[in-house]
Amino acid sequence: MRNTFIRTLSRMAGEDKKVCLITGDLGYGVLTNFWETYPEQFINAGVSEQNMTSVAAGMALEGNCVYTYSIANFPTLRCVEQIRNDVAYHNANVNIVSVGAGFAYGYLGMTHHATEDIAIMRALPKMVVFTPCDPYETEQVTVLSREIEGPCYIRLGKGGEKPLHTGDIKVELGKAIKLKDGEDTVIFVAGAIANEAIEASDILKEKGISCGVYSFPTVKPIDKDIINHFCGLMKTIYTLEEHNIVGGFGSAVCEVAAENGCGAKIDRLGINDEYVSAVGKQDYLRDLCGISGKKISEYILKAESGK
Amino acid sequence: MSEKKITSSELALKIRRDAIEMTHVSGGSHIACILSMADIIAVLYSDILKYDINNPEDSGRDRFILSKGHAGGGLYAALAEVGFFDVSELLTHCANGSRLSGHVSHKDVPGVEFSTGSLGHGACVASGKAMALKKAGSNARVYTVVGDGECDEGSIWETALFANHYRLNNLTLIIDHNKMQSLDYCENTIELGSLAAKFKCFGWDVIEVDGHNHAELKDAFLRPRTDKPRCIVAHTIKGKGVSFMENNILYHYRDPKDEFYDLAVAELEVEK
Repeated sequence: MRNTFIRTLSRMAGEDKKVCLITGDLGYGVLTNFWETYPEQFINAGVSEQNMTSVAAGMALEGNCVYTYSIANFPTLRCVEQIRNDVAYHNANVNIVSVGAGFAYGYLGMTHHATEDIAIMRALPKMVVFTPCDPYETEQVTVLSREIEGPCYIRLGKGGEKPLHTGDIKVELGKAIKLKDGEDTVIFVAGAIANEAIEASDILKEKGISCGVYSFPTVKPIDKDIINHFCGLMKTIYTLEEHNIVGGFGSAVCEVAAENGCGAKIDRLGINDEYVSAVGKQDYLRDLCGISGKKISEYILKAESGK
Repeated sequence: MSEKKITSSELALKIRRDAIEMTHVSGGSHIACILSMADIIAVLYSDILKYDINNPEDSGRDRFILSKGHAGGGLYAALAEVGFFDVSELLTHCANGSRLSGHVSHKDVPGVEFSTGSLGHGACVASGKAMALKKAGSNARVYTVVGDGECDEGSIWETALFANHYRLNNLTLIIDHNKMQSLDYCENTIELGSLAAKFKCFGWDVIEVDGHNHAELKDAFLRPRTDKPRCIVAHTIKGKGVSFMENNILYHYRDPKDEFYDLAVAELEVEK
């Protein structure tokens, strides 16, 4: 995803000199081609995310479209007040890019688990929150962020995520995209963990449960229509995120469902309001938290069988 | 650009007088913080900054960001006195429905470059603007006033590194060095030592001045540029101009009430 992002951004930078990239001293190997090709549109702010974010706001208010880039919680939580006051309040054209959603850097430890960022970013007025699930969505989200004259948060996985979509898709602001059809139940998912939802759906199919999967590349604004549609159709909607279940994507879905007043139960799958101190790779930690394809399918099978 | 209708000493006095009135009427705070930087702001808006009151967003304007946003009343006063908006509006400061909040807000206020209030933000945004203007080949300059207590914030030192590294010599950071912060003298709070030596060590072109001496301030602003960002350490007195407010920590927060308001006004009347 990060390679797709930077490839897309490089293309945009070539077409538009106003597109600038600031890194907080991260992106070795990933950003190299960008800074060699567009040195005038690239800044390394050093290990200083607060200043990086304020500088980005200043540059954006002078007419640039600025992308701040770092990993995990550094470009978001570390400098959340700079994002709030300097970027969002001023509606500055800054796009915050974080690589390493959820447990992508799992083995590096809790400090590098990006597991509260959706909640905090979506709480900021004016902020658009993008959670692409695969390289196709990443490319379109990156292009879309340029078209929005205001702050965006782009939450990326890491590297090596496989394409999940087949054929043509079109990412639109506030629109979910179908990954799989299903008759019995549905999983709404935000981000690269969508591959686990697909795996769960495949396992469930073998068990006789037809489970749809929808990707939400934009958590804010969120696709109210699709939520309301399935609220009227299903007894239970499952939400899936590699993020704390408090305040994140599942919570956003609950808000819409509650406002609509319809009866579907929203079952939020994610990290159950805890810090994960276990050591391991992304797959291992997902499984530990019950959000691997296998664990999700077991959970849904049990829940759906009990109805 | 701007017509020079007002001298820096006239403007400084008006800022002080307006600020006493504004904080008195609103019950707002930070009067001493405004008085300490009144001369710096007055010199900037009378002699240094390029701006057009009829076109506040003119691309050729110099950018000014008040990083110590709690002294916003002083900036509003300067903007009104040079003609960005009507002076009578100053008395709405902090009132319900006013556009003049206690800390600086750019929303609908002509002449305000950037909203501040949380410390350690404005100086960094100023670096970003300086960077963008430099890249764009603009001759416009960027000025920012920070408090000395504000230098407790780590982000000030992040941008001190950044502005030097990128040789932002279109940036001038003025420290209103009144030696006091919220609860006590700076040195009793978090020892700052020599701010001039610190910024010099960070690579900046540093000039120390008496922050109430307009000639020294003007000289520091106009001195030829090196390839480095400029830091002007302006030694000031907190509460300057009203004897009982000077170096009195009480007036960081207290507004001038009752007889103290009359006394303050009387002292500033004598200055006229």
